[in-house]
Amino acid sequence: MFAIRVQEAPFDVGAEFAALTAGRADIGGIGCFVGTVRGDVGGRALAAMTLEHYPAMTERALAAIAAEAEGRWELLGGTIIHRVGCLLPAAPIVLVLAAARHREAALAATGFLIDWLKTKAPFWKKESFADGGEVWVEARAADEAAAARW
Amino acid sequence: MSGFRVHLLYFAWLRERIGCGEEEIEVPAEIRTLGALSAWLAARGPGYASAFAAGKSVRAAINQSFAGPEAAIGPGDEVAFFPPVTGG
Repeated sequence: MFAIRVQEAPFDVGAEFAALTAGRADIGGIGCFVGTVRGDVGGRALAAMTLEHYPAMTERALAAIAAEAEGRWELLGGTIIHRVGCLLPAAPIVLVLAAARHREAALAATGFLIDWLKTKAPFWKKESFADGGEVWVEARAADEAAAARW
Repeated sequence: MSGFRVHLLYFAWLRERIGCGEEEIEVPAEIRTLGALSAWLAARGPGYASAFAAGKSVRAAINQSFAGPEAAIGPGDEVAFFPPVTGG
């Protein structure tokens, strides 16, 4: 089972790790990915990143992605937390944890989850630059290719 | 022939160009697909024209599931329009 949350508040990776593994001796490995806000885009200083989402759809889309991962690998649990709202440079945006008996499944599922999340969950990022400019981030072909390789 | 009502949602730059995040509108009965709906919306005013001018870079969902231009729409549907997603 995956714990899935969309929230404005920061998350505590250690607390999420502890919650996932509490009372479990069957887990042999946990994959972890944390996405954070880069402080510049091609050298242009970023002031903040605003994340918008489609509340009625987001958790359903994340649950569908988690179910796909559980169908492909033998997982013993996992966590997906995605933040929304205004985030400053270096702030954590997204957490993916995937637990399995062995590392291959844990690491592969973690990579799969973040690749699919980037192309199949209804989030949009707007960059606000230190020079006052604002830009909606455009989807990257490289992200589509990363999602398609699974 | 009477039309039907749908609940529309717009996200990211579509919301900014159209000037609202959601609205309930009456759609003509002959509008049966998502593609026909976006073409009809594009003719509603300059903000809509600007939002839908990008053509294929607009994505959509019907009742919270991703859907393509051929997908059927009907009375009471929640239809969302948005740019390609950029989360993660």
